[in-house]
Parts: sequence; structure tokens; C-alpha cells
Amino acid sequence: MQNSFTYEPYQQTLIIHLPKELDHHNCRNLKYETDLLFSENYINRLIFDFSQTEFMDSSGIGILLNRYKQMHLSGGKTVIYGVNGQIARVLAIGGIGKLMMICDSKEAALIR
Amino acid sequence: MEQFHLEIDSRSRNEEFARVVTAAFLSRLDPTLEEVNDVKTAVSEAVTNAEIHGYGGGEGTIDIKGRIEERTFTIEISDQGIGIPDIQRAMEPLFTTDRTGERSGMGFSFMVAFMDGVFVESKPGNGTRVVMRKEIGR
Repeated sequence: MQNSFTYEPYQQTLIIHLPKELDHHNCRNLKYETDLLFSENYINRLIFDFSQTEFMDSSGIGILLNRYKQMHLSGGKTVIYGVNGQIARVLAIGGIGKLMMICDSKEAALIR
Repeated sequence: MEQFHLEIDSRSRNEEFARVVTAAFLSRLDPTLEEVNDVKTAVSEAVTNAEIHGYGGGEGTIDIKGRIEERTFTIEISDQGIGIPDIQRAMEPLFTTDRTGERSGMGFSFMVAFMDGVFVESKPGNGTRVVMRKEIGR
């Protein structure tokens, strides 16, 4: 369970709680699952929750960028919260801070 | 000098295994958390490349050799896969052969960013060898 994604819908927002390790192995099912959710729901805000995530490599950047593109095309926002340590470094090197809002808390992410 | 040699099946679940073994070995140098994370990230990138590009997601074996000499940590990750026709191009930031859109094309950039030296050797049909170095506790 700790190495799979959990999805929490909230009005037109979808919160994706990310697994402990965000690598290629754990990212395999995300595209299928989010494509399904996007096709069945109107979502204009996508929030990634990193609070349980301790490791991420460029596979994580890949899935963030692809979801960002999907949201951007439909005029939606992509927001991140719960970032710490290694994740902040990887997000910075991956250039994510330029594209997505990085918030301190879930509450902040819901209203930004 | 101390060293380890790990031979793993090319399977995505082994990405984490490779990181954990490498981190355990590296702990002998009493690295900072940031140094451990840097090495784990770089190893994850190279192992993932071997698996999804070298072997195209199919069967194969990935060799991982770690070495400690004084404060220098060296890690070599090699496969017997299809190889890289143009290494320079493969190492360009954002270059990817992936068509699903899920891959960032930042694998080699991450290795370069997180380590102190990266050397890549490859021949089409003859596999790829990535050697990375990091100075610990500088």
C-alpha cells in the first residue's frame, strides 16, 4: 500500500497521494489510473502530495511533467505540497518549481 | 580498498534493491544524508536506463560494482543490452526515445548533477557501461 498511489477527489480537485519511493517501478500504473480519472471527472486542479515520499528520481519528474501538460491543456492548475529533503533537490534540478506551485500544506494547495 | 559486486535481473522491482544495497555499502564512509540520496538517485537512473533502454523492458542481467578508495566512491553499472548509438545525444538534457510521454529525458543529466564524475561507454549491440564517482565528506 505504501508504494502505490491513492487518489482523493475533492470538488473539481484531484489529490494524488504519492508513494514512499517515486521511481520507475512505482510509477508504472499512474498514467493508466490518472487517464481514467481525467476522462470520467472534470478536474481543474491537480494536487500532488509528497508528504509520505522519501525518494524520487527522474521517473518522478517525467510523470509530474506529463500530468502538468494534461492539466495545462485543459486550463487547469498543478500544485505540490509536503516536499522535504531529497525531493526538494530533485524538483529543483528537474525545473519543476518554474511550472508548478509548491505549497507548505494541503490547505494552502487547495486554495492556491 | 573495499568493493562489492551485485548481479541482478533486469526487473523494475530491483531498482529499489540496487539503491538500498548501494546505500548500505556507502554507509561505511559515514556520508551525509544528502550524499547518500545523491548516490541513490544516480544509481536509480543508471539501473532504470539499463532496464528500459538497454533491455527494452525484457530479460537481462545488470551488473553493479561499487568501490571505496579512501574517500572516493565509484560505482559501475553495466548491461549487455542494445547499447547507445549516440552517447552525446543520449546525454543531452530532455532527449528521450520514449513515446508514452511519461519519461523526462533527464536520467543522464541527473547522474551528472548528483555525482562528481560520470563516464559512459557503449557500443550498439554490445551493452552499456556507466561509471560514476563521488567524493564523500569533502
